[in-house]
Amino acid sequence: MSKYIFKRILLMIPTLVGAAVIVFFLLRAIPGDVCVLKMAGTGMYADPEAIRICQQELGIDKPLILGIDTQFVDFVWGFATFNLGESMWTGKSISGEIGLRFQLSLQVAIMATLTATVFAIPLGTISAIKQDTWIDYIVRTFSISGIAMPSFWLGIMIILGLLIITNKITGEPWMPPIEYTPFWVDPWANMSQLVWPAVATGFRYSAVATRMTRSALLEVLREDYVRTARAKGLLEKLIINRHALKNSLLPVTTVIGLEFAFLMGGLVVTEQVFNLNGLGKLFVESVLASDYTMTQSLVMLVAVVFILTNFVIDILYAWLDPRIRYS
Amino acid sequence: MAVSEVAAEGIVLEDSRDTFGQKVWDLVRRKPLGAAGAFVVLFLLVIALLADFITVYDPVKNSYDSMHVPPNAEHWMGTDQFGRDILTRIIYGARTALLVGFVASFIGSTLGLMLGVTSAYFGGRFDLIFQRIMDIFMSFPLIIMALAVVSIMGTGTDKVIFAIMIPFIPRCARVVRASALAVREIPYVDAARTLGFNHKRIILRHMVPNVMAPYLIMLTSFMGQAILLEASLSYLGLGVQEPTPAWGLMLQGGAEEYAESAPWIPIFPGLAITIGVFAFNLLGDAVRDTLDPRLRSQ
Repeated sequence: MSKYIFKRILLMIPTLVGAAVIVFFLLRAIPGDVCVLKMAGTGMYADPEAIRICQQELGIDKPLILGIDTQFVDFVWGFATFNLGESMWTGKSISGEIGLRFQLSLQVAIMATLTATVFAIPLGTISAIKQDTWIDYIVRTFSISGIAMPSFWLGIMIILGLLIITNKITGEPWMPPIEYTPFWVDPWANMSQLVWPAVATGFRYSAVATRMTRSALLEVLREDYVRTARAKGLLEKLIINRHALKNSLLPVTTVIGLEFAFLMGGLVVTEQVFNLNGLGKLFVESVLASDYTMTQSLVMLVAVVFILTNFVIDILYAWLDPRIRYS
Repeated sequence: MAVSEVAAEGIVLEDSRDTFGQKVWDLVRRKPLGAAGAFVVLFLLVIALLADFITVYDPVKNSYDSMHVPPNAEHWMGTDQFGRDILTRIIYGARTALLVGFVASFIGSTLGLMLGVTSAYFGGRFDLIFQRIMDIFMSFPLIIMALAVVSIMGTGTDKVIFAIMIPFIPRCARVVRASALAVREIPYVDAARTLGFNHKRIILRHMVPNVMAPYLIMLTSFMGQAILLEASLSYLGLGVQEPTPAWGLMLQGGAEEYAESAPWIPIFPGLAITIGVFAFNLLGDAVRDTLDPRLRSQ
């Protein structure tokens, strides 16, 4: 197992470096110079001396890639040491800005994953066992609509529903709080703020996982060992729980893991709807403001999270299924 | 005379089994969900093309004397915060959505097709390096990649198409490459090489036509995703810009603020997105089932 993990870590390095190269060139692909853009906007006069100082500060007067003291080395080193430099516009430390918002986004991501898993596995299982009955059709409609429905619209509809329902019950419309309170300070305030975004993000997620559970289970139910279990007269409940479900959960684990990595994408829109000050919102704001240094760091962060999640899934997969370890 | 008439009728009867209507009916019976999806897509296409003739209001002109009008006989879906008719904007929005959806997924998957086939054809080290590059590109979620492109290129309909197209390329290339690897081993490719055809001709005339199935599967499955992605980007203010009517854009700019006082403003555009994407997904599933039954379990 440790040999397998070591091999996986080695395979991860070229992907990380490759992602760094892509993100690195992202900033350099903008037409014109970041500093000219910052000083002069579009078409105004800028003091050449000020531009030179700015270039020096951002380190973009150095050679691009070839050599030791280059922009690329700075960029990778910055990432390795969690020192990502400063935001182009506000001058605040990027690591600091990300650190402030990381907790909130991570919590929503974890809650969305939990919501998704809790719904997806039972629903997918029922749907597979009762294949082609009305229960199956309802679950499938739910999962296809979950994939089609934009999470930001679901978020707006949740807010609308909350407003109408609370207005009916208490006579006063209620909105989730906007200020973030850590869970250990006030669990109730924390939950009432984040539960709805988690549901809006988790709906699509659980739709994907439900589909996967259903098709994986259907496949396993056609296996010979399931027929053997049935032939020896085992209870259907035991067959499902002990034989089928265990084996079908492997691909489901992958999907849940992969979707976790993609949650960042979902958060970009949900945080906007619920006005949450998380990483997704920071991303959108930095793109809107053409804050290239911030955008670059965030894109890289997403790639790192994705690659690390993939790594964890691979390890988990090998741990769950010994066949993978030895091949 | 009478005999030949009967004979002619017989032929007509025989032919009628294969008429277009019969084929459509056959499809509806075998793939009811796919046919429903195709029907909705066709419907959207028609209203998008005929938008100028079937709407009575101006989709972009503000009219401040009819703001926030609830749905009624004149404005079936009400009006928005600028007094524009929502139904009109949804119909014109279908134009934007389909344009972005079709163009982005077509260009994206076609580039992916070319790259994937070329990579499989040449094989060896070129293929290996190329695949690693594709892997790296795929470690960015669709919307993050699209946002990164928007941050460089800026916003607007043409740029959005470009931003959505980019992340499709590696996804299609990977699937197409897998099929092309098998095609490469078939003797007619060797035969073509022995005949002295150049690489370009072998790739375009001998390999590409044989990987059409995975290509079409990816192409149709991208369309729903492209529409959803366009709506998300426009909602964030990073896609199609006002006053162009677009579904995602209609949800932006305080749709949630008006949620309680004017719920029709956010409800209808969101429904349009959901139904549109739903239809494209159903169509995509049907295309996949028809072209490649092995993939059915996914």
